[in-house]
Amino acid sequence: MNLKTFKEFLIEKLIFLSGVTSIMLVILIFIFLTKEGLSLFKAVSLKDFLLGHYWYPISEPSQFGILPLILGSLFVTMGATIISVPIGVASAVYIAEIAPPRMKEVLKSGIEILAAIPSVVIGFIGMTTLVPFVKNALNLPTGLTAFSGSVMLAFMAMPTVVSIAEDALNAVPKKYKEAAFALGATHWQTIWRVVLRAASSGIVAAIMLGIGRVIGETMAVMMITGNAARIPTSLFQPVRTLTATIAAEMGETVQGSDHYHALFAIGIVLFVITFIINLIADFAVHRKLK
Amino acid sequence: MVERIKIKTADLNVWFNVIPSLKNIDIEIHEREILGIIGPANSGKSTFLRCLNRFNDLYQSFKMQGKIFIDEMDIYANIDVWGLRKKVGMVFALPVVLPLSIFENIAYGPRRHGIKNKNRLADIVENTLKAAYLWDEVKDRLDSSAMKLSGGQQQRLCLARTLAVEPDIILYDEPCSGLDPISTAKIEEAMVRFKEKYTQVLVTNNTKQAARVSDRTAFFLMGELIELDRTEKIFTNPIDQRTDDYISGRFG
Amino acid sequence: MRHNAYQTQKIAFVLLFIATVLVVLPVIFIVFIIVQKGWHAITWEFLTAIPKNGMREGGIFPAIVGTVYLVVGTLIFALPLGVLSAIYLTEYSKDNLLTRLIKLAIINLAGVPSVVYGLFGLGIFVIFLKFGSSILAGSLTLAIMVLPIIITTTKEALDSVPQSFREVSLSLGASKWQTIQYSVLPHALPGILTGVILAISRAAGETAPILFTVAAFYLPHLPQSIFDQAMALPYHLYVISTQVPNVSVEIRYGTALVLLVMVLSANFVAIVIRSKFRKMKKW
Repeated sequence: MNLKTFKEFLIEKLIFLSGVTSIMLVILIFIFLTKEGLSLFKAVSLKDFLLGHYWYPISEPSQFGILPLILGSLFVTMGATIISVPIGVASAVYIAEIAPPRMKEVLKSGIEILAAIPSVVIGFIGMTTLVPFVKNALNLPTGLTAFSGSVMLAFMAMPTVVSIAEDALNAVPKKYKEAAFALGATHWQTIWRVVLRAASSGIVAAIMLGIGRVIGETMAVMMITGNAARIPTSLFQPVRTLTATIAAEMGETVQGSDHYHALFAIGIVLFVITFIINLIADFAVHRKLK
Repeated sequence: MVERIKIKTADLNVWFNVIPSLKNIDIEIHEREILGIIGPANSGKSTFLRCLNRFNDLYQSFKMQGKIFIDEMDIYANIDVWGLRKKVGMVFALPVVLPLSIFENIAYGPRRHGIKNKNRLADIVENTLKAAYLWDEVKDRLDSSAMKLSGGQQQRLCLARTLAVEPDIILYDEPCSGLDPISTAKIEEAMVRFKEKYTQVLVTNNTKQAARVSDRTAFFLMGELIELDRTEKIFTNPIDQRTDDYISGRFG
Repeated sequence: MRHNAYQTQKIAFVLLFIATVLVVLPVIFIVFIIVQKGWHAITWEFLTAIPKNGMREGGIFPAIVGTVYLVVGTLIFALPLGVLSAIYLTEYSKDNLLTRLIKLAIINLAGVPSVVYGLFGLGIFVIFLKFGSSILAGSLTLAIMVLPIIITTTKEALDSVPQSFREVSLSLGASKWQTIQYSVLPHALPGILTGVILAISRAAGETAPILFTVAAFYLPHLPQSIFDQAMALPYHLYVISTQVPNVSVEIRYGTALVLLVMVLSANFVAIVIRSKFRKMKKW
């Protein structure tokens, strides 16, 4: 083996190793979450963890029921999805099908900028503008509610929904549209009856990824939703999400305590949820291609 | 006169994803001849050409049986593929210039083979551009982008770039398919002159081009070699009826 | 009947337009309000001084420096790994199960919540590898988070380099790596740069992954080594807006403005490079 061949061989191996890093990282993340998180179940049963009604991690005796947190995440996510999906998909349709090219560029840049705003800034703005507004407008004891969180998170989910839905709309073959036009359909009828249907799996992927973004969001949620670990009954109450719980409490736990393990166990729950969501989205995207 | 054999294939069979592309090809290519290869689309002529510099290796679905010898060396044995491709140059159908200067396009190959000396590179650039009949048109702007050249100039630049790594053999894959008649004539003129130095294999869709420049011509049809003979013979008095049909434009 | 169809279309298009405005308006609103309220806080002292009086006075210099350190550290790890990984996918991988799994892994990495990255970083870097809460641990955590961004943008850039460039290079006897090095990477550079900048912007703005891996509530001095904790702008904004009472509105908005300017200017540069690159591309 000469020097050139040897160098080539080494580089190829290095590149291969880098190539499989992503797989190794996913596995490592799972291993480290379970390594720290599974110990909890020596103290608490899985059923009590997932379905327990009380999250009192530092009282005596402590209780680690994450049902209120799951419901908190669910409320905020549902609210954000209800707001962001129709608006996001509609604006994707506008950008992909109707906007003139120059405007398209401007709108896409604007959406990219929205996606880039750090979540702590979104949280900060929500805290200083939306929260007092919600409190006064709806005459609530506090504006730190699931509803406020939903509104701000909807903004954070929209760039994801818009850009992926727009890709899906652009991928619809031109001939479908031409066929519809040839039959005398208006532009809108074509969009409604042909384009949206042809792009439906891509739009499903967009919605899933938007939901994934919302469930995983931490800082903004922690700053706006009030963080009360109670089972919520309405959108206009303070709630606490899975993510905010980890972020808010990890700093104060003792390493190796049940509380510490419980926070990692929440991490496992989040990892599994987002993994499934991404799997569904990926499946939808690939079905679209066929 | 006994010609020295430069390239020899023995019972060459090629498949892409189990679909046969070449069947039992036995060809001997003489040193310093131009072998023209004609045939309709999908006849396997480009696949054959790409076997000679192991370019089909780039496709995952490529499978081959049989042997190919160049200078009596089995090129599909465990050999230095980069050395092989240096020795067997290739000119593609469409001129592919890299988005670099004219100078750097030609210096690209020599640089990869370790030539760093500026003066030597400058010599190589000048000599190869002269050989490809391009020097006079570009000598004052070697540092400007090669993308600004016309199509015909670009293809001659590609020819010069191939020469720059000092090959023995040059493979042409329909080299004039996108060119005007004048540019085509210039390339053909260069090819005829190259007979002093190089063995050349010309795959072309243009049967007249094969008639003009090649010494011998092979006719491929559906992955099979139908006939191979002196060019005059093929074009005036072919043995196989299918050859006659193709040349006289009855199909393909 | 015809008339009705056009009427419907008109209404539908107006609604779609309103939806688009609803997506873009918040951007303008957020940027406007932060600039308007934070503008006055920006002084030389604010940018170069250490926070004083429980972070209610003084500047945000350590937080800016900390964020810069973290971004640099992140790139040191994520850039080579991400680019090589993208090279594997475009240039070396075959169409098989492994490749499918790698792509799936990348998609999933992109979807992992940032706070889970924080947990992972805490578990592996801070505790298991004993780096402690440090710039090293924080940079590694952020690097893993931005890895999918660098891989996907680099892959896109590599895919956009025509196959014929590779063929020419190989036909001249260049090796595969030489071909990548001289015939592929140079032409993919603007695209790769865009990815790097987006990664910078993401790493600079994220809070959750650094919460337990590096971020310091308050440090009166700059970090001395990669094993030190550091302040960071996004965490600092979180701290002064939720954890410390009676911080003036100006300082809060000023901090938000500095963070926003850092992140958005990076994105703006990325947008410009990309549009220039698209126009420049001749092949």
